[in-house]
Amino acid sequence: MANGNPAILAEGLEKSYGKTRALDGLSLSVEEGTVLGVLGPNGAGKTTAVRILTTLLKPDAGRAEVAGLDVLKQADQLRSRIGLTGQYAAVDEYLTGRENLEMVGRLYHLPKKLARKRADELLERFDLTDAASRLAKTYSGGMRRRLDLAASLVLAPPVLFLDEPTTGLDPRSRLSMWEIIGELVSGGTTLLLTTQYLDEADRLANRIAVVDRGTVIAEGTSDDLKARVGGERLEITVSEGSDLAAAARILEAHTHSDVRIDEGRRQTGATVEGGARLISSVVRDLNEADVGIDDLGLHRPTLDDVFLALTGHAAEESEGKSSDNHQQEVA
Amino acid sequence: MSAGNIHSEELKPLRRNRVYWAVADGWVLAKRNLVQIPRIPELLVFAIIQPVMFVLLFRYVFGGAIDVGGESYVNFLMAGIFVQTVAFGSVSTGIGLAEDLQKGLVDRFRSLPMAPSAVLTGRTVADLVRNLAVVIVMLLVGLLVGFRPEAGVAGWAATIGLLLLLSFAFSWIGAVVALLIRSVEAVQSAGFIWLFPLTFASSAFVQTDNMPDVLRAFANHQPITQVVDAVRGFLLDQPEGNHGWIALAWCLGILIICVPLAVSLYRGVATR
Ligand SMILES: Nc1ncnc2c1ncn2[C@@H]1O[C@H](COP(=O)(O)OP(=O)(O)OP(=O)(O)O)[C@@H](O)[C@H]1O
Ligand SMILES: [Mg+2]
Repeated sequence: MANGNPAILAEGLEKSYGKTRALDGLSLSVEEGTVLGVLGPNGAGKTTAVRILTTLLKPDAGRAEVAGLDVLKQADQLRSRIGLTGQYAAVDEYLTGRENLEMVGRLYHLPKKLARKRADELLERFDLTDAASRLAKTYSGGMRRRLDLAASLVLAPPVLFLDEPTTGLDPRSRLSMWEIIGELVSGGTTLLLTTQYLDEADRLANRIAVVDRGTVIAEGTSDDLKARVGGERLEITVSEGSDLAAAARILEAHTHSDVRIDEGRRQTGATVEGGARLISSVVRDLNEADVGIDDLGLHRPTLDDVFLALTGHAAEESEGKSSDNHQQEVA
Repeated sequence: MSAGNIHSEELKPLRRNRVYWAVADGWVLAKRNLVQIPRIPELLVFAIIQPVMFVLLFRYVFGGAIDVGGESYVNFLMAGIFVQTVAFGSVSTGIGLAEDLQKGLVDRFRSLPMAPSAVLTGRTVADLVRNLAVVIVMLLVGLLVGFRPEAGVAGWAATIGLLLLLSFAFSWIGAVVALLIRSVEAVQSAGFIWLFPLTFASSAFVQTDNMPDVLRAFANHQPITQVVDAVRGFLLDQPEGNHGWIALAWCLGILIICVPLAVSLYRGVATR
């Protein structure tokens, strides 16, 4: 398959639901063995795009190829080359973890013994061996997500789609999910991952496509995007009675960038490069100048910052902006 | 990772033709649905309690007031109960399918290289087994309240065969309904809206002769009456005329229309 073609290619995808334009000419391309993070707020069209690329939905216009196969014309062949973990864990609650995976193995047409063996292997790898014989309805949210991810890996697909794999998980489950995904990627899987979190895309993806209202509004590495947003900010809150101006001067000396001062909240902040090393020298200088600090921290740009920088509006506004865009939430 | 891992080259799917996979995948899903039956006992309990209530209600409350000619009412009643039980079973088919749609399981299935009909056949075949179990319980309940069937081996075989065919046909109607409306609650209500007229405006509980003209015309020409009359004939060892053949034709007709319709709806269904 290494013929230089992208593993995932979408060109001008369009999809409308009534008056809602879920996709409005979305195009993207993912090189084999790399990770694309599709970053966008609620209603941006992430799930719609994933459903089209995984043969679940027909686009109104445009074309898409995955693993060199046309998603419309070669859907049947394609299904044994891709894995999908949807936004909502699609596990059967009244089957055990092992039964869930065995069933998926059988439906991928693996021989019975192999399906069983593969199920056990995945259960072990996803730390579910102890819960393997329990009904999935007794699983925690994190366990369900892991089981769902395991199900999409039964056939070790070369191309994997993960739709918001960590939304709703607690920090620890999210971290372990990131580790698992990281392992997969280092094994050479091509991955398209959607997320609402810049830090997640940053951590897992080689390239990021920012999607808003059904189209890609920016694409590049996370450094590219951050450069457009302005990188990390160091924010200092001085304690009451301390010299805010002195703190601002120290910050300026270290960052050589525009320092913002907010008297009311006793805060000063600036865009910085150099992260932790810089913090320790700023703290040292603040101590020497006898400036008391209540709080000091690095703030990574969030999805909101990216959106403000790229579109001039905050992420949450995006879906409400067009008045005919009626949200149809499905439970 | 641990030794003995499967290499991805070994994860070779089997190659067989379409028909083979339609059957094999359907069987995988039928087994999935069957193992769940004892895991959700409340569903089975309600599936049994409801027809038991009907038996008691008609046997002891209304039965005395219903004239069915020479036959004892309980003997007349049980054919109606069996058919009604099986017909109402189609609501469970619809609910099960709507749940799979709502929980996103159908998305998972549709992303797999499996036969698209399997989700539906797996569901309807499992419901066939469940309905058979419920019918057997109803038979025992019937015997307890005085039901005395006179069928021979052939009569029993014909009864079971026709009830299973009806169960299967109606399950596919349930599947079509579920694929059209997709919400569990709506499927539940809709099921009773079309099943109540069909089962009560029929010969299941009363003789149609006493109904007003229009209603009688409907009752005499709809499938439930045909199946009830056929089953009643088999069970009581009475001539059933050509009701058996007409019932058979109805069931096959329903299947010929609903199976392809449900499969094509399933293929096109866009959940969420
Ligand atoms: N089945 C549907 N019927 C009607 N409208 C839909 C349907 N599916 C999606 N939409 C609409 O299409 C738009 C894009 O939805 P989509 O689910 O792709 O967004 P998303 O980026 O995945 O959002 P989220 O982060 O909330 O999951 C939204 O406005 C949504 O309301
Ligand atoms: Mg989504």
